[in-house]
Amino acid sequence: MFMDWLNKKKESIESKKSIFNNIPDGLWVKCPQCNQIIYSKDWLENYKVCIKCGFHSQLNFYERIALLTDEGSFKETDENIISFDILGFHDTKPYSQRLMEAQLETNLKEAVITGLASIEKIPVNLIVMDFRFIGGSMGSVVGEKVTRAIERSIDMKLPLISVIASGGARMQEGLISLFQMAKTSSAIARLDKEKILYICILTHPSTAGVLASFGSLGDVIIAEPGALIGFAGPRVIEQTIKQKLPAGFQKAEFVLQHGMIDAVVERKKLKSTVALLLRLLWRKK
Amino acid sequence: MKRSLSPWERILLARHPQRPTFLTYLPELFDDFIELHGDRYFGDDPAIIAGFGFFDGESVAIIGQEKGQNVQEKIKRNFGMPHPEGYRKALRIMKLAEKFNIPIFSFIDTPGAYPGIGAEERGQAMAIAVNLKEMSLLRVPIIVTVLSEGGSGGALGIGVGDYILMLENAYYSVISPEGCASILFRDSSKAPEAASALKITAEDLFKLKLIDEIIPEPEEGAHTNPSETADNIKKALKRIYKNLKAKPIEVLLKERYEKLRNYGKFLEEVRK
Repeated sequence: MFMDWLNKKKESIESKKSIFNNIPDGLWVKCPQCNQIIYSKDWLENYKVCIKCGFHSQLNFYERIALLTDEGSFKETDENIISFDILGFHDTKPYSQRLMEAQLETNLKEAVITGLASIEKIPVNLIVMDFRFIGGSMGSVVGEKVTRAIERSIDMKLPLISVIASGGARMQEGLISLFQMAKTSSAIARLDKEKILYICILTHPSTAGVLASFGSLGDVIIAEPGALIGFAGPRVIEQTIKQKLPAGFQKAEFVLQHGMIDAVVERKKLKSTVALLLRLLWRKK
Repeated sequence: MKRSLSPWERILLARHPQRPTFLTYLPELFDDFIELHGDRYFGDDPAIIAGFGFFDGESVAIIGQEKGQNVQEKIKRNFGMPHPEGYRKALRIMKLAEKFNIPIFSFIDTPGAYPGIGAEERGQAMAIAVNLKEMSLLRVPIIVTVLSEGGSGGALGIGVGDYILMLENAYYSVISPEGCASILFRDSSKAPEAASALKITAEDLFKLKLIDEIIPEPEEGAHTNPSETADNIKKALKRIYKNLKAKPIEVLLKERYEKLRNYGKFLEEVRK
């Protein structure tokens, strides 16, 4: 019953219009970075990017699809794979309860959604992570869906695009989660051998086990401004080295400067940038 | 007595100050070892030792994480926490092994990849990711042994292979029990509880089919008799290498991919 309800909710992956334009009048949003008060219409029309300071607020799966793909083109794949509590994991609450709460909160079944779509009329295969779902963490289901998506790209000869938003491996599934890194990376190795284009889009945050596997193995890696990109979290680093980290450490611009990514692209240019890369590297016309 | 150890007690054994490290086993397992240094990009990482030697008369590539056995050594080895250079060196040597059709023996013992400024600047995550990808395709047998601490991505970065062994009191975990306790249990003193919940002992991981074999240790732990432990490791490696060597490379690679492909458990609803 719960799943039926989820499915019903999901059928309405809304159009860009309704997600970014259809806002009740008279609402205001405060930018989390510069505290600027922004008329919510402007906030949404600017894809949740602050018009004053350029802060890129996190997008959920639905918003990301609306931003990146041609309207109405997204068809979800492997939508019926769901997690269960493999280890009987119980911290401050049982893992099964965490899963249920995340599903209710997000209207999603897991932290990753995969599917076929088009970007400026070019067919692509998409992997989109949603940070709201247990921090976008990778457990068995994320690993399996990502691997199937990679294999589908090989079978269908479709370029693969991943949108990363993850704190890393999902602790509640123990070593099984860690091994998803090897699983997804080995699938990428095959994709690479088959010469299928893979583009990674790193959004805030892209860290740990997901960055240290399929999240950074793209032929081209682009990031949104200000996104945290790193292996270890800043707090862990500060505790280890016992000093404060310099401003901007592990931010997209810092990672770009150190040669680890190809470009930092602001959100409103993301779709056209991806489309251009597809035309240059994949379609070649 | 050892059968009834709790996961936390095993972790304490795995981290025991007298527990043998990779360098203890190296001369017991291999002859004429020559260490090869450097990643050819930035530097040499003493936390990962790489090179070639003879195993039972045959040339093999050897990769091992080394924590150091005294204070100076520990500092030199950065307590076994590698930087990106370590992973890149390891991959360089593994590719060299592949070039000359030489099998790879990898030994894991790390609390984790180093969380530091330089490591981040030089792409710690990217270095590990590349190793995972490349190791899955290397056209030689890879045998992985977890000696003591299998600390998350830092361990996995040299840990993709055809057969995974663990010493009886070693642990292998997605996160340190202390890290897990402070994040999920909101209390770092709950590390023993986290250690149980995470299922990180060799016994648990064997049951979960995440590792292939447990190498027995002496009754009171590896440190009470390092050469007996080394003997046990050697016996297991000999037998496994013999089996892997007999397989045509295409079969080996297919089985390696299937092994990786099958990690994970989930439910799948079949739609009408």
